[in-house]
Amino acid sequence: MYAQMIKSEATEDDPEKLAAFQARIDAGEKIEPKDWMPEGYRKTLIRQIGQHAHSEIVGQLPEGNWITRAPTLERKANLLAKVQDEAGHGLYLYCAAETLGVSRDDLTEQLLSGRMKYSSIFNYPTLTWADMGAVGWLVDGAAIMNQVPLQRTSYGPYARAMVRICKEESFHQRQGFHIMMAMVNGTPEQKRMAQDALNRFWYPALMMFGPSDKDSVHSAQSMKWRIKMNTNDELRQKFVDETAPQAAYLGLTIPDEALTLNEDTGHYDFTQPDWSEFHDVLADNGPCNVERMSARQKAWDDGAWVRDAMVAHAEKKRARKVAAE
Amino acid sequence: MSKEWPLWEVFIRGAHGMSHRHVGSLHAANAEHAIRNARDVYTRRNEGVSIWVVEAAHIAASNPSEKGPLYDPARDKVYRHPTFYDVPDDAGNM
Repeated sequence: MYAQMIKSEATEDDPEKLAAFQARIDAGEKIEPKDWMPEGYRKTLIRQIGQHAHSEIVGQLPEGNWITRAPTLERKANLLAKVQDEAGHGLYLYCAAETLGVSRDDLTEQLLSGRMKYSSIFNYPTLTWADMGAVGWLVDGAAIMNQVPLQRTSYGPYARAMVRICKEESFHQRQGFHIMMAMVNGTPEQKRMAQDALNRFWYPALMMFGPSDKDSVHSAQSMKWRIKMNTNDELRQKFVDETAPQAAYLGLTIPDEALTLNEDTGHYDFTQPDWSEFHDVLADNGPCNVERMSARQKAWDDGAWVRDAMVAHAEKKRARKVAAE
Repeated sequence: MSKEWPLWEVFIRGAHGMSHRHVGSLHAANAEHAIRNARDVYTRRNEGVSIWVVEAAHIAASNPSEKGPLYDPARDKVYRHPTFYDVPDDAGNM
């Protein structure tokens, strides 16, 4: 998902306080910034929300790549609006993380130094216009699977950010599907491009949910705290079940010969992605890791004088106003 | 230099005459900048016709640990609600 492999932090708190905290969560109450919370809950959330925010911000890069080359003015306007939304989503999430006592600059520096990660999916290149379709349809589609249940997460600011994000996100998936529809109904070459994009993005999209965590203690703790609502396998299955008929509608073939509807379970059987590739991408060895991070570093460095100038200007104006009074 | 921009809380009034409502927060160098950013971050889909921003550091908030003393006294005052008072049907509409 946008937040992958989040380890829950150990917690060493007063057992009585912990029990009262758990009781509030079990009763469906929201935890708010000033409420008492276990140190582990706070730290796990900072890591999870931070990683989610970083994913939104880095996620602008593969799509930003195509804004100047969109095939029509309308497609360009759609894509621009979508990328602007991703920036907005990153900002909502950074603010939610900041309520837990971490600063914005600190989060950025942790991303740039590699101490915090972003989703593995954004380390894949977007080679053709059809990739804009595949990213919207599959990548945003996979993200929605996780984000919809997170609207009910126990941490108030995170839940509220998720509500805003979900409201905006379904446009993203649809604009991607719309691109795919245009491609499959175009020339044979365009249909081939659509199939090629699906071939390249299918398994990376499945990896977004992370490896199976049905036996993970970290996931169990996060689910108890209601900061993780479903297991990775549940969400992946839901994604495959929804996406397979959509691919059929497009007349495209999912690159998995084992993919079949299992009459007994009512779910699709499918092949797991190559998890060694996933771990390799997380270890900074994906096709675009270096490029993504250098783009973020450059934006941060090149923007430094603007950030400083804004503060200097604001201070000068404030001083003038005080002098005039 | 590199000083982080302060945090601002953003309140938006929608088109239908409701009060300004808290929608989230953002960083900006000053109020003017905060309003400009709020317009981009929180009103991309016609969400509002008016924006208020206030520096987060200037907000005073009640303490969660005082929840009991502050709000419990209101719990047993059901007579503050109209449904507490039964009005016979033949008294007419009220």
